[in-house]
Amino acid sequence: MAIKRITGSKAVILSLLEEGVDTIFGYPGGAIMPIYDALYDYDKQVSHILTRHEQGAVHAAEGYAKVTGKAGVCFATSGPGATNLITGIADAMIDSIPLVCITGQVASPLLGTDAFQESDVVGISMPITKWNYQITNADEIPDAIAKAFYIAQSGRPGPVLLDIAKDAQFQEIDFSYKKCKKIRSYIPEHQVDPFKVKAAAWLIDQAKKPLLLFGQGVIIAQAEAELKAFVEKTGIPAAWTLLGLSAMPTDHPLNVGMLGMHGNYGPNIKTNEADLIIAVGMRFDDRVTGKVSEYAKNAKIIHLEVDPAEIDKIIKTDVAVLGNAKKSLAMLIDNVKENNHDAWIQEFRDCDQIEREKVIDKDIRPDKVGLTMGEAVRITSEKTKHNAVLVTDVGQQQMIASRYFKFTQSKSNVTSGGLGTMGYAIPAAMGAQLGAKDRTVCCFVGDGGFQMTLQELGTIVQNKLPVKIILLNNNFLGMVRQWQQLFFEKRYSFTELQNPDFIMIGKGFGMEGHQVTKREELEDGIQRMLDHDGPYLLEVVVEKEDNVFPMVPSGASVSDIILEA
Amino acid sequence: MRQEFIITIYSENHIGLLNRITINFTRRKMNIESLTVSESAIKGISKFTIVVREEEDRVKKVVGQLEKVVEVLKAFYHTNDEMVFQEIALYKVQTDTLYDSDQVERLVRKAGARILEITREYTVIEKTGHKEETQELFEALNQFGVLQFIRSGRVAITRDPIERLSEFLMERDNLLNQID
Repeated sequence: MAIKRITGSKAVILSLLEEGVDTIFGYPGGAIMPIYDALYDYDKQVSHILTRHEQGAVHAAEGYAKVTGKAGVCFATSGPGATNLITGIADAMIDSIPLVCITGQVASPLLGTDAFQESDVVGISMPITKWNYQITNADEIPDAIAKAFYIAQSGRPGPVLLDIAKDAQFQEIDFSYKKCKKIRSYIPEHQVDPFKVKAAAWLIDQAKKPLLLFGQGVIIAQAEAELKAFVEKTGIPAAWTLLGLSAMPTDHPLNVGMLGMHGNYGPNIKTNEADLIIAVGMRFDDRVTGKVSEYAKNAKIIHLEVDPAEIDKIIKTDVAVLGNAKKSLAMLIDNVKENNHDAWIQEFRDCDQIEREKVIDKDIRPDKVGLTMGEAVRITSEKTKHNAVLVTDVGQQQMIASRYFKFTQSKSNVTSGGLGTMGYAIPAAMGAQLGAKDRTVCCFVGDGGFQMTLQELGTIVQNKLPVKIILLNNNFLGMVRQWQQLFFEKRYSFTELQNPDFIMIGKGFGMEGHQVTKREELEDGIQRMLDHDGPYLLEVVVEKEDNVFPMVPSGASVSDIILEA
Repeated sequence: MRQEFIITIYSENHIGLLNRITINFTRRKMNIESLTVSESAIKGISKFTIVVREEEDRVKKVVGQLEKVVEVLKAFYHTNDEMVFQEIALYKVQTDTLYDSDQVERLVRKAGARILEITREYTVIEKTGHKEETQELFEALNQFGVLQFIRSGRVAITRDPIERLSEFLMERDNLLNQID
């Protein structure tokens, strides 16, 4: 590449273009102004989305990354701008989302002097970034950005942060760009060991009651086809984690549903009956395992995982297959025998029947007066032909939507799993919409989470992003209230909200919307939202004190899952 | 069972890496008993020697997390039995105490310590050994009054016949070549 003499700021923009960045989410301020000035000349090549808060920018970048598989990029200034990114960075770290966050920093001679808007963002973000680096010399910019993208997107992805001192943004350098292909001290993924694959295949062929658990690792490795081929060849039932949602079609006959605290009855209860667990790209989160000492006691454990630190972290494995899930699954397919487990699958069907009678029918086709979250989710999913991108916030609506929204294609679920970040949905939905411009993005959010980041309605309207927001309003912090009801003797300590007129707020931002309070208005209401050309806010007023079931009570074993209170 | 483990980390020599390493201990509320960092036999590669008192399972997991740090090349853990290790201690005593009797001189001889510097006012004694040994000398000398005392972190070397450093660097080169 030809060398040209440019400023550090321009080098930042050119480096991002070299990495194929088409969208940046950000918020300008003093210490990043030179970079914003350089950006001004590149509005044809890259679109910058001005959010209303830096937290909005980072969650939007996460939503973008989730639906595209590419790193989300965000800009913020030093000090408060940078610290406002922290929640989103922590969220991306625990959910393995590739992000490249670029923050401005005070000029290098001022570092450590408590200068205006100085904060030690490299120090603050260290425990929640895969890698971070402070640039004080413009010469470092191209290589640091190349390294940032390589680290963020390779192996187990994660957020990286580059903190660029203002003087480095002004400095002139001879610019040339080379993508990073390897780093001496960093092995993103290990080669799959054929011996381990053989050992795993042997266990799989012997198993009478095998159960496959898959997580986001399948989506990250783009191993959806291999996963499907593997379960179809072996006839093994497969259950997804919250972040594994959409990696397989919902209605695939071998998809037995969701694991975890509010997952489906079958996969939870059968975990403790299985004689073999094959975990693919998942990390045995405590919301999945329940009481670890009683988890899958009858099963041998096979773990297909890219991150060596996840092996034996929570659950001891019998065979650990390190490496990329696409490669390890492909090798497994070649080594296992064709099989079927019809009788075992029937046990899951029987569980489904029980769950349908006790929980699902009441949730999605209720006959009581008040509206349920479940029916709003079911109708939205049906009317979008199960083809939409689902974005959820955190709490009851998240669990209900994850249970009842259906998927036909991968990379269609955007949610805050590990960190459980309320306020995630609205900004993540606008990022998802920008990453998947031709798809319908349905964003479910509660009245609590809505009020944490509602300022981003302004960003959605300004950028004409046709996000469909379904606000499930129960005038409570519903999940906390549910726990208070079940475990704290109904002592509803600070969970009831006095809410504003949400539709009027939406209108204030220039967003169309309406409220639904009755069942007979619901179908039409959802249709009106979907038919509307542009963003839409549909408020569905639901029963105040509905609960999410099934539930594995905190600290209980997965086999102690309860179907009703 | 909690026991002493020696964690050895080979890493790039980068700013902030010490922090990135120690936060892994802080996060798990694991106390660092001693920590030593300096350049290893390979130029540009730093070697950390960290001593903790912990259960083996917890040590194993923290080592797994340390290996995830991008700039860390390799991390190991060993029990004390598996390593030869030393610490160094310096003691400052009043020079008068050496004139008053031969007891300080005898302590120095018995402990295999040596005298680094003598001035009219003070004498600096150096002893290398395990913590118990340097502590024992401190207590003995302190009967005569120790003006200042300092003990280093631990340095350690494995009892393995093979040098692990070159072994793992070869292993890494193979892995890195597979990336292409």
